[in-house]
Amino acid sequence: MEKKEYTLALLVSNKPDVLARVAGILGGRGYNIETLCVDATLDPAYSKIILTTIQDKTTITKIEKQLIKLIDVHKVTDLTKVESVTRELMLVRMKLSDTNKGYLALIIDTFNGRVVTMNGDNCVIEITGDRSLIEKAAASLKPLGIDDMARTGIISLERQN
Amino acid sequence: MQLRGAEILIKVLKQEGIHTIFGYPGGVLLDIYDELHKGQIRHILVRHEQGAVHAADGFARASGQVGVALVTSGPGASNTVTGIANAYMDSIPIVVLTGQVPTHLIGTDAFQEVDIVGITRPCTKHNFLIKRVDELAKTIHEAFYIARSGRPGPVLIDLPKDVMAAVTEYEPQTPRKVEEAKPRPASKKAFYVMDLIAESTKPMILSGGGVILGGAAEELRKMAWLTKMPVSSTLMGLGAFPGSDPLWLGMPGMHGTYYANMAISHCDLLIAIGMRFDDRVTGKIDHFAPNAKIVHVDVDPSSINKNVMVDVPIVSDCKSALQSFNALLGQQKFSVDDEQRREWFDQIAAWRKENPLSYCQSDTEIKPQFVIETLYKLTKGKAIITTEVGQNQMWAAQFYNYDEPNTFLSSGGLGTMGYGFPAALGAKIAFPDKLVVDIAGDGSIQMNIQEMATAIQDNIPVKIVLLNNGYLGMVRQWQQLFYGKRYSHTDMTYQPDFLKLAEAYGWLGLRATRPDEVEAVLKQGLEAPGPALMDFRICREECVYPMVRPGGPIHEMALGREMAN
Repeated sequence: MEKKEYTLALLVSNKPDVLARVAGILGGRGYNIETLCVDATLDPAYSKIILTTIQDKTTITKIEKQLIKLIDVHKVTDLTKVESVTRELMLVRMKLSDTNKGYLALIIDTFNGRVVTMNGDNCVIEITGDRSLIEKAAASLKPLGIDDMARTGIISLERQN
Repeated sequence: MQLRGAEILIKVLKQEGIHTIFGYPGGVLLDIYDELHKGQIRHILVRHEQGAVHAADGFARASGQVGVALVTSGPGASNTVTGIANAYMDSIPIVVLTGQVPTHLIGTDAFQEVDIVGITRPCTKHNFLIKRVDELAKTIHEAFYIARSGRPGPVLIDLPKDVMAAVTEYEPQTPRKVEEAKPRPASKKAFYVMDLIAESTKPMILSGGGVILGGAAEELRKMAWLTKMPVSSTLMGLGAFPGSDPLWLGMPGMHGTYYANMAISHCDLLIAIGMRFDDRVTGKIDHFAPNAKIVHVDVDPSSINKNVMVDVPIVSDCKSALQSFNALLGQQKFSVDDEQRREWFDQIAAWRKENPLSYCQSDTEIKPQFVIETLYKLTKGKAIITTEVGQNQMWAAQFYNYDEPNTFLSSGGLGTMGYGFPAALGAKIAFPDKLVVDIAGDGSIQMNIQEMATAIQDNIPVKIVLLNNGYLGMVRQWQQLFYGKRYSHTDMTYQPDFLKLAEAYGWLGLRATRPDEVEAVLKQGLEAPGPALMDFRICREECVYPMVRPGGPIHEMALGREMAN
């Protein structure tokens, strides 16, 4: 069966150990979590976990059923099934040189990024967008000499209830 | 009122209806054991923590109530893991209380510290680490609710020493009751199931442990008798339908009956209730019930369409679903006469005649099947039987007819050797007036044999029927059949003299070496007032038949005639 990336949103209790339980459901069955984002909801008693994993349709259904069995998981939504907005943020630290400055400015402009901080010959760039935009930006920056980078992984929200 | 954690623990346990717990003391448990000294709750002192959990599990399986084990931190806690995993696989409601080092030492590699919540995360239904005494009462009540509600399972509560000693205001809370199963208005699906039953010419029911856990045996029987559908039950489901009923097909699967497997392979409607299509039941999945519409009732949505894709999935506890089926059958004045089922019954009868469950009796060697048949005869099928795992377990499933639920206690999912004996102790605590017999092998019994002391100290007169072949028989059987008789490390000829061992522990020990001694030994052992171990020196290379080869389709069975001749 064809595999694709699924985005799941989990409403969970905001307690120690809950993330480990969720991760254990996937890890214990040999499934990788590609991206993971967690923070409290408006009600601090709950957190929202958004994770992505590459699966076929049958497997993702089984994973969802196992996740909702956890006592501390209250709701599981497959955001790939509904219309939703998806974002990811990437921070990239670049070494600046006379040769790459001009091209770098062009890339930042193209991907609607901005320079967050500059320190001597180092700068940190922030770029936000959906997954494909981030991938493209990363690919464009790579030849210019990326020092290090960090990505938040995907967050996603249904367009309507 | 102001109470210490340990006092609250005992109060809450009593409120949850717990009168007996199985435990083993340790440093961090001293506050609790000091409380237990007051004698408000009976405490059975086991000899190994694994034994405590299996005993709590056996108590739960026999009584339908939650079983409780209490163990200390570190090795005490880690010793429970097999018992917990065992209860998890078979969905048994138990609560395991583990001691923990004081909260300020957690995470410091303190003496006898282990992260038991982390270790048991994947094999508990849920677990808790209690860090504040004011959370204690609420959390314990919640643990009991989780253990017994929905698809039951084990819940672990980790209790740091300082929390047990701390004082807080305690107000009794009413335990949350699990909602009683009640008939619901018939769903569209239930009507559809009625249509399927009406249209079917070769229907059958395949029931599992869920029917027993859900207390739905009576409803299952009613449905089978109303619709005249033959019934097969998985290992976990034995006893839900009477083993002596004409509609009974026996167990399906790897060591099931030939006729149960043939019925599954040829039926046109399979109503699966409270079972989960385990690989030992289905064999090669593509060949499982190939001609049947499959209806699957289970309380756990994750069990549906997990191994077998079904036509009619129904997420419900077994009792409610069966009640609603039976109500509809009543309303529609459903009737079916033997004539309509004639062809199907004749076919099953032919399969049964062709290959009945059988073995080749011997005049010189004791056949294990003969021991179990004789046990059945002498107990009139009224005993609670527990088993170890392996050949003993399969023979116990095949040659003893279970007429009532909660009378066959066996490690189905995890296949835990050493389960049966401590489980028997738990069952005997639940039903002191019933005869409780552990059918064991010589490999398995040595895994928790230390509990023989528990039986004496706490006066729990259970019986052990030891099918002793000096082998790890089931593994040897596979070596015999699939690995050219290369018996790699399965020969356990070197073993204690079980008679002397029994005596050493203060048990009655008996031995039979010839078939004509079997009945007398069983009689003497069963009738003895105290615990008795009966050592049957059985035919060494006897195999369990029939058998589906691993990964094979269930209609292809090795019947073992070649071995018998």
